[in-house]
Amino acid sequence: MWDYTEKVKDHFLNPRNTGVIEDPHGVGQVGSMACGDALKLMFRLDAEGRIEDARFQTFGCASAIASSSALTEMIKGKTLEEASTITNQDIADYLGGLPEQKMHCSVMGMEALQAAIKNYKAGGDAGNVEKTESRVVCSCFGVTEKEVERAVAENDLRTVEQVTHYTKAGGGCGGCHSDIEGIIARVRSGLAQGEPTRKRPTKLTNIQRIKLVEEVVEREIRPQLKRDGGDIELVDIDGPRVVVAMRGACSKCSVAQFTLRDVVEAKLREFVSEDIVVEEESK
Amino acid sequence: MEVYLDNNATTRTAPEVVEAMAPFFGAEYGNPSSMHNFGGRVKKHIDEAREKAAALINADPAEIVFTSCGTESDNMAIRGALEAEPDKRHIITSKVEHPAVLSAARYMKRFGYRVTELSVDGQGLLDLNELRDSISDDTALVSLMWANNETGVLFPIKEAAEIAQSKGVPFHTDAVQAVGKIPIDVKKTPVNMLSISGHKLHAPKGIGVFYARRGTAVMPFMHGGHQENGRRAGTENVPYIVGLGRAAEIAAANIDSEFEHTKNLRDRLESALLEKCPDTRLNGHPELRLPNTSNVSFEYIEGEAILLMLDNVGIAASSGSACTSGSLEPSHVMRAMGVPFTAAHGSIRFSLSRYNTQEEIEYVIEKMPPIAERLRAMSPFSPKKGG
Repeated sequence: MWDYTEKVKDHFLNPRNTGVIEDPHGVGQVGSMACGDALKLMFRLDAEGRIEDARFQTFGCASAIASSSALTEMIKGKTLEEASTITNQDIADYLGGLPEQKMHCSVMGMEALQAAIKNYKAGGDAGNVEKTESRVVCSCFGVTEKEVERAVAENDLRTVEQVTHYTKAGGGCGGCHSDIEGIIARVRSGLAQGEPTRKRPTKLTNIQRIKLVEEVVEREIRPQLKRDGGDIELVDIDGPRVVVAMRGACSKCSVAQFTLRDVVEAKLREFVSEDIVVEEESK
Repeated sequence: MEVYLDNNATTRTAPEVVEAMAPFFGAEYGNPSSMHNFGGRVKKHIDEAREKAAALINADPAEIVFTSCGTESDNMAIRGALEAEPDKRHIITSKVEHPAVLSAARYMKRFGYRVTELSVDGQGLLDLNELRDSISDDTALVSLMWANNETGVLFPIKEAAEIAQSKGVPFHTDAVQAVGKIPIDVKKTPVNMLSISGHKLHAPKGIGVFYARRGTAVMPFMHGGHQENGRRAGTENVPYIVGLGRAAEIAAANIDSEFEHTKNLRDRLESALLEKCPDTRLNGHPELRLPNTSNVSFEYIEGEAILLMLDNVGIAASSGSACTSGSLEPSHVMRAMGVPFTAAHGSIRFSLSRYNTQEEIEYVIEKMPPIAERLRAMSPFSPKKGG
């Protein structure tokens, strides 16, 4: 059973603002039945341009319904400018948090709000608002590059699994995993400029080097291997020489040598130092 | 009121079973392998439990191995049979197996095995010709479930096992959902191996049975002592084995009356829900299935939301929706049957047991329709609103 907060349960069992607005100023619909959840958000503005009424219709699980309900409560009384700053994290926070696997419900809320605002600005055509023109990364769930980029940047996501939890991208056939990895790397290298710990230090003492290697293995390498059922263990660090043991699926994997060089060594060179050489523990 | 309709997930341990187990947590703590009387006394109870488990499927006691669960039994069958025929590299199973078989079979791909997953039709039925055509000289094992856990649909195991037998290929069946609910006779059904799970038939969790017909080559899965005739090492889980024996004894004695009881209640529930709730459909073949299982799709609404609203009024069921599994896609069984997404996300499984009553079923019939109505009123896809 999901670990939902009392607030999620309350908004699910007693949802606020369900139904339709007959003559809405803005309408946004995202998701589809095939995807397992969909949200249609409608609002009306008062004379001062504040949202006086907001209503929703949602097909989806408890957290999708609760996120929709929360969203309508959050935007009421706000100007469109104020409302447009609401992020998926704000929706999750309003509900006292969501399980990570359910974060895509809050993202759906944010997207519906943006679509509804865009719809209003385009003249309030009540038809479905098309997604912004952007390359589709995950064809199983129809998730675009822009959506993945935004989720990575706003939620500080590091792994494909996290991106799946937040956007659903990668949750179907898995064919786009390397594409998503590329987007994460690209977005994060942009982020990294403001993040001094990610810069490669110029000079390291032995202790610092050992600590940094450990940290990079934990943060950058293990999550990636674990996704494929593998794992890695640090055996020894001797100057630039890093000895590791491949565990789990990696220990029997025919491409483990590539993983060793292209993932483990590459990451350590990127984050620790150029001269790192990774070796597998001799059996 | 609390109504438990999730008996394909797990069942209540029968009070008689708990009672039978109790002494083995106390005074009767001997190791059945020991030479002294402490052990000898316990050994007798293990032997009795083995006889009772064997009787439930008309096997010989020597063909019964106690394991820790149904999953272990399934893994033991797959790994044990493949290892016994190391030159053959092909496994046949079906798309709708429980993960204990499907994941175990797919795992073997990384060791160079080919896996054929037989498809099912819209009612969850198997095409035996596809099985016949898939068997080759390289086939090491056929593993097909007796009854599907999500829909209750029964595979024609007798015919399938005969096909495998005629081609000299070992046949395993995951009978975890079937044993105790329908009569099973391994003397009349040429399966080589069969898996049973205790907690699906009112024994506790943590005990299973692996049946291997005399003469079937199965390499042991766990190595160590000589317990279970060298087929499964490890000191016997005495209280649980005794409990399983008692549960098997009760199941065998009541199999006909329990079949009638659960089927009557199930049919009452199912027909009332299909009648009272518009836009519903039954998943799986209406006749060829377990007496206790009903899988109904409520279109245009999502399963997790239904389950939590049911839970809120004390009713426990389960769903094949994506959201309940933690994955993003609906159940592999629904997808293999070609159930449209509109219905798969809203599929609810009700599974009954001997402990359910008419009163409970009437309570569910009262509570379920307004829940469907309420969620539909919230859904943007409700057909009443023109989608």
